[in-house]
Amino acid sequence: MKTVCLYFQVHQPWRLKTYRFFNMGNDHNYLDDFTNRAIMQKVARQCYLPMNALLETLIKQHNGALRLSFSITGSAVEQFKAYAPEVLDSFKRLADTGCVEFLGETYSHSLSSLYSVDEFKQEVKLHQAMLKEEFGVKPTAFRNTELIYSDSIAQAVEAMGFKTMLAEGAKHVLGWKSPNFVYTDAVDNKLRLLLRNYKLSDDIAFRFSNEGWEEWPLTADKFAQWVAAETGDVVNLFMDYETFGEHQKASTGIFDFMKALPEALLATGEVSFATVSEAAKRLQPVAVLHCPHAMSWADEERDVTAWLGNDLQNEAFGKLYALAPKVKRAKNRDFDYVWHFMQNSDHFYYMATKWFSDGDVHSYFNPYGSAYEAFINYMNVLADFEIELNKL
Amino acid sequence: MRVLMFGWEFPPHIAGGLGTACYGMTRGLARNDVEVIFVMPKASGDEDERFVKVVNASDVEALYTGDVATGADDIMQKMSFIHIDSNMVPYLSPEEYETKRDEYLRTGQRTWEVPGDVWTQRYTFSGKYGANLMEEVARYAIVAAQVAKNLEGQFDVIHAHDWLTYFAGIAAKRVSGKPLVVHMHATEFDRSGENINTQTYAIERAGMHAADMVIAVSNLTRNIVINRYGVPAEKVVAVHNAVRFAEKEKPLPERGVDDKIVTFLGRITFQKGPDYFVEAAAKVLKRVPNVRFVMAGSGDMMNHVIRRVAALGIADRFHFTGFLRGDDVQKMFQLSDVYVMPSVSEPFGISPLEAMRSNVPVIISKQSGVAEVLDYAVKVDYWDVDAMADAIYGLITYPALAKMFSERGMAEVTGLKWNNAAAKIKAVYEQAIEKCNK
Repeated sequence: MKTVCLYFQVHQPWRLKTYRFFNMGNDHNYLDDFTNRAIMQKVARQCYLPMNALLETLIKQHNGALRLSFSITGSAVEQFKAYAPEVLDSFKRLADTGCVEFLGETYSHSLSSLYSVDEFKQEVKLHQAMLKEEFGVKPTAFRNTELIYSDSIAQAVEAMGFKTMLAEGAKHVLGWKSPNFVYTDAVDNKLRLLLRNYKLSDDIAFRFSNEGWEEWPLTADKFAQWVAAETGDVVNLFMDYETFGEHQKASTGIFDFMKALPEALLATGEVSFATVSEAAKRLQPVAVLHCPHAMSWADEERDVTAWLGNDLQNEAFGKLYALAPKVKRAKNRDFDYVWHFMQNSDHFYYMATKWFSDGDVHSYFNPYGSAYEAFINYMNVLADFEIELNKL
Repeated sequence: MRVLMFGWEFPPHIAGGLGTACYGMTRGLARNDVEVIFVMPKASGDEDERFVKVVNASDVEALYTGDVATGADDIMQKMSFIHIDSNMVPYLSPEEYETKRDEYLRTGQRTWEVPGDVWTQRYTFSGKYGANLMEEVARYAIVAAQVAKNLEGQFDVIHAHDWLTYFAGIAAKRVSGKPLVVHMHATEFDRSGENINTQTYAIERAGMHAADMVIAVSNLTRNIVINRYGVPAEKVVAVHNAVRFAEKEKPLPERGVDDKIVTFLGRITFQKGPDYFVEAAAKVLKRVPNVRFVMAGSGDMMNHVIRRVAALGIADRFHFTGFLRGDDVQKMFQLSDVYVMPSVSEPFGISPLEAMRSNVPVIISKQSGVAEVLDYAVKVDYWDVDAMADAIYGLITYPALAKMFSERGMAEVTGLKWNNAAAKIKAVYEQAIEKCNK
């Protein structure tokens, strides 16, 4: 009997408006309200609402046999509240089914784990408070921003009381080992690790609608056969929640596929569903996972160079976190609010230059023409934020 | 005296300093009783205006409305405009011309809308013109000859600005027998360093050798013309540009930051020396915390400069505005405490004068033509980033020094009148006519 863990990441960054040098010192509204609202409402319409409704129906149909996990960032929840409150309600209904686990993570989908343990812990605590308030749950499993993982991050996560953590089943870390088993961290072996099966996850998340793919069209039955044929204890299907209806549009048949998938998987007779924590508890760890350098689920390299891979990103990252002590001292809610959205990892992602040529970033929702524009705009906002911070 | 002038652009539709200079110059000439027929290229739509379209004075007024034309009625009466259909635009190298034209043929898109790109905002390309820039220059010359023939007896001297019009000037001279004056606003060495385009160089050289007189915008340019183009020294006269300012001062913009602001404003290209500005900024920031550097403009070195700023770790105090238009330029000057022009090679350089007009002390490179006419400007070698940093530090740290430079500078810049420059140009015309009659 194999366990399948479905885990979905829900996140929306706060996008900055075009903020010029001339705005500095005069204008402290940094966000592009129109774009933020437009994108949130579009994604809510195409993805969050229909997919939540589908999952709710499926969970009820299967009487507790279908179990899954979510992580929702603080930035996403803030935007639900501002622009699409019905999305938050539908997540709450999912929480009420008792078949859904919510994971801990950083409040702002930040890179704080790469900066300092203190800043990281603060972000995680804030996220826990949000989960408590909105969904009434206390998370026992953790997933870091973009599945960024290293031995030292695992140590910090464990110290915060988490029992389970997600990571990428990265080839350069696993080597010959399979992601389809439970592992433990390398430091004191207390944290249980679930690793993403990137082949099967990406079959849904990236290849589903690719007509050039030899397996196209992908049906639920075919996919269930693949899962059943996997060796190991657990198959971890981790992906962005925006896969459903946004990255893969409704017209590709993604919703029909997901509607049929639980039934097809259960019908093989070799598979059962579990939330992340349930799977970690149920299964025996088979080995220790050593990961001295940070890995993630992003890009071919599965490292952190998508966010901290060039001078622009390093400079912006360094200058942002240099303000941390001042923000902490200020103890001002308005400043905390800005501080959080400035930490969205997406801002750094827009500054990446590693694809094809400089600034040729092809990514969903990227509001900038080039990495350089993204950098200039971010630094202008940061400069004004610092000026205001120094006035306190 | 009447002059047939082959120019480039004319306000308000300008891409750079040449249009502004032509405007001031023709104004000054009008005040000195010189009538000007201004010929310029302008690519139009599909209607067949292949040869010439003479625009009479009443059309011109409708065409050039806005603040430049107000109060200039007397000058407009002394001017007429002729448009020749052409793809030629200033500040375009032969290589760039080909790229843009290919782009047009491929996409069929008539106007490029690349934000921040100086020459692409108001120029139109059309497929019916020369396949490369050199072909277009030759075609333009043929049309120019036709213009000169049509206007026979209506002008006494021909005046051509920059290399693209030199063949046109030569053709007009051959057809009419009138003397030719060519005006060097920039040489190929200023534009390209030592890696010059030899075809461009050849046209510049041919134009100056065929001309009766050559006007250079500074002694710096005059020396280049004499030493590198082999033009006889007695034929070359340096006439410095002047500057004309809007009558009314704009109100001071609200200042958002308390820090001192040091500005670079111009195209971010090799010729303008932006990287020296960055290095000097890093040195200053090590000593003084309360200063911000602004680089306004765009260009092919912009990404390189941004990377360097990030690598030096000064991006929180070094800001980029992108290409500034209209009022934003003056606003930028008004917000500045120091203006720096670190040009590697600048035939003249009008922007420091605009800064001084806004009461801003300026630092200019010794390798600029404008350094010859200014006393109240700090002059440094463009490569001497220590000296540049030193000067910036001094001007932002010692109020007395800044006050002296801004007050005296204002007086100095107010004295640079196009009337005087135009009188010198008129004298050159007279010399050319005399030479031609001999």
